[in-house]
Amino acid sequence: MLSAEGLRHAFGTGGGRVVALDNVSFSLEAGQTLAIFGPNGAGKTTLLKVLAGLIRPDAGRATVAGGRGAIGWIGHQSHLYGHLTVRENLLFWAALYAVPAATRATRADATLRQLGIADRAEQAVWSLSRGLAQRAAIAKALIHEPRVLLLDEPFTGLDLAAAAEFRALLARFQGAGRVVVLATHNVGEGVELATDVAFQRGGRFVHFAPRGARRPAQIAEEYRRAVGEKEADG
Amino acid sequence: MSLAHKGRRITLLGLVLLAGVYVRALAFTPLERFQGPAQKIFYLHVPAAWSAMLAMGLVGLCSILYLIVKDLRFDRFAAASAEVGTAFSLVMLTTGPIWAKPIWGTWWTWDARLTLTLFLFFLFIGYLLLRGAVVEPGLRARYSAVLGICGLVLLPFIHLSVYLFRTLHPQPIVLKPSSPSLPGSMLVTLLVSFAVFTLLYVGFVTQRYALALQREAQGREHA
Amino acid sequence: MADLLRQAWTVARKDLLLEFRTRTALVSALVFSALVLTMFNFGRDPTAVATIDLAPTILWVTFTFAAMLALNRAFQLELENQALEGLLVSPLSRTSLYWGKLLANLVFVALVEAVGLPLFVLFFDVPVGRVLLPLVGVIALATIGFVAVGTLFSALVIRTRFAELLLVVLLLPFLVPPLIGAVQVTARLLGGRPLSEAAGWFRLLAAYDIGFVSLATLLFPFTVDE
Repeated sequence: MLSAEGLRHAFGTGGGRVVALDNVSFSLEAGQTLAIFGPNGAGKTTLLKVLAGLIRPDAGRATVAGGRGAIGWIGHQSHLYGHLTVRENLLFWAALYAVPAATRATRADATLRQLGIADRAEQAVWSLSRGLAQRAAIAKALIHEPRVLLLDEPFTGLDLAAAAEFRALLARFQGAGRVVVLATHNVGEGVELATDVAFQRGGRFVHFAPRGARRPAQIAEEYRRAVGEKEADG
Repeated sequence: MSLAHKGRRITLLGLVLLAGVYVRALAFTPLERFQGPAQKIFYLHVPAAWSAMLAMGLVGLCSILYLIVKDLRFDRFAAASAEVGTAFSLVMLTTGPIWAKPIWGTWWTWDARLTLTLFLFFLFIGYLLLRGAVVEPGLRARYSAVLGICGLVLLPFIHLSVYLFRTLHPQPIVLKPSSPSLPGSMLVTLLVSFAVFTLLYVGFVTQRYALALQREAQGREHA
Repeated sequence: MADLLRQAWTVARKDLLLEFRTRTALVSALVFSALVLTMFNFGRDPTAVATIDLAPTILWVTFTFAAMLALNRAFQLELENQALEGLLVSPLSRTSLYWGKLLANLVFVALVEAVGLPLFVLFFDVPVGRVLLPLVGVIALATIGFVAVGTLFSALVIRTRFAELLLVVLLLPFLVPPLIGAVQVTARLLGGRPLSEAAGWFRLLAAYDIGFVSLATLLFPFTVDE
């Protein structure tokens, strides 16, 4: 459903050259959830952007079944227009993702109910609290019922309760013919949801394996050994 | 021989030959019957305009090539060409009024080719400003290529619109297919000067290109 | 094609909805036009220069400068919450994005012009009744050309330092052909000259529009991709 073959990418030239992706290959089938752990600057965001078609890699190929329309993206930013209401935002993105006009309104309402913000539908996004805005952003990412979900540090800025809620939502989303890729610098975050685990460092996958029966603490220990004590904590 | 070295040699040769052009223009080329000594500045003005146009043409061409093959060498060349072109258009813009005052009786006039060269200068400046405002080399190359191509397409439009507006400039008298109306010795001086200015363009751009390479190498060492 | 246009319209509609929600840019541009027109009235010697001679220049300098205000905000509003990134990961084609932005900018500038033109007639007592149709035609032709280039450049400068200032410096040379053409045609129309006298200028304006709308459509993807 989702595959990467020999991805390479670097930013800048000469002295400023930073290798963000170094020969990254993997493929995921429906039902798999991959958690990618890596220190800041390991190239996780670049990888997600390549998968989403935002960055054309220097070499290699990334394919997602169904193309851009099948991808849902949740990053550091909500992609919502502050001066539009939550509902107007959702309707706009639904139209861009070619959700049929007849079903857009019902889809938007259903998604808002699912995230528990139906009562905020007519509120302008700028007036929402951080937690509510995050939920609106998730609603935006799910409005077209994507089959592939790409998550870039989705837990950043969420309080404990919101993070638990988000995990519960992800648990409902995964499986059933869908693929999730989750990247975070915080090892252990979301590990219980993952079917597969990768460690990324200096643009390279230094570890890629099914999670199996490994416990979070075990994975954290392996991560420390693979990435190095100092970088893992940084 | 390093690139910078070659560039310096070419430039030096160009400068020596430029002195030759001066001598030939001042001492061995007859006075133009109607314009008198003021016409001598043509041997600088027209070739400088040629070099500036050449510079813009190559900025545009390299911009197209960069967007197709994404090779940073084209970007480096375009940047060098734009800087050198700025200098040549300045020469052209200063020599023009010096000639125009005694002949046309005014320092400046909104004639088609004069206006065109002024905007050529503005385009070069805009191009260099944009380069200065973008930090990431890949983005900088891509953005400036977009502007370079637009600039190249704009020039004929400016020329046409100002030409329709009004024109006073002496009509081209060198390349009339029937009979060149410029007396032989003047034509030779002008053509020699064209060659020398083209050589100077090559020399300057080569040096500027080498300098860019050197800076990138220094950047690598610092990292 | 139908799909491209539908997506472009979705983007344009969203931009216009945002604009009418806040209204800051539109109101500023309208007030700006009214102010510039007023300034021109006092910035000339009415006994020495007949209004009719200066009128086309006044009209077009006002329109082009007001349009600049619109262009600045076109991509600025996509930076809020990095909505631009969202547009680029969506199936929206780059061409549709450009056309949508162009369309929204054109509507915005057309609104400013629709208010500016009557004000201009009122302030300077210029007879436009007989030539209204060709006048609107030349306004449309000139506007499409410079808004097409301006939309491309606003995407170009959005991630640079001093974006607003840079846009003006880059864009002004590109305003020369449409500005000269529009002023020339307007002068002939207001002077009661036959329309055929302006045929060459109309052709130039049309060529500029076709040339730069196509070129900008082609080059736009290079300005937004990371």
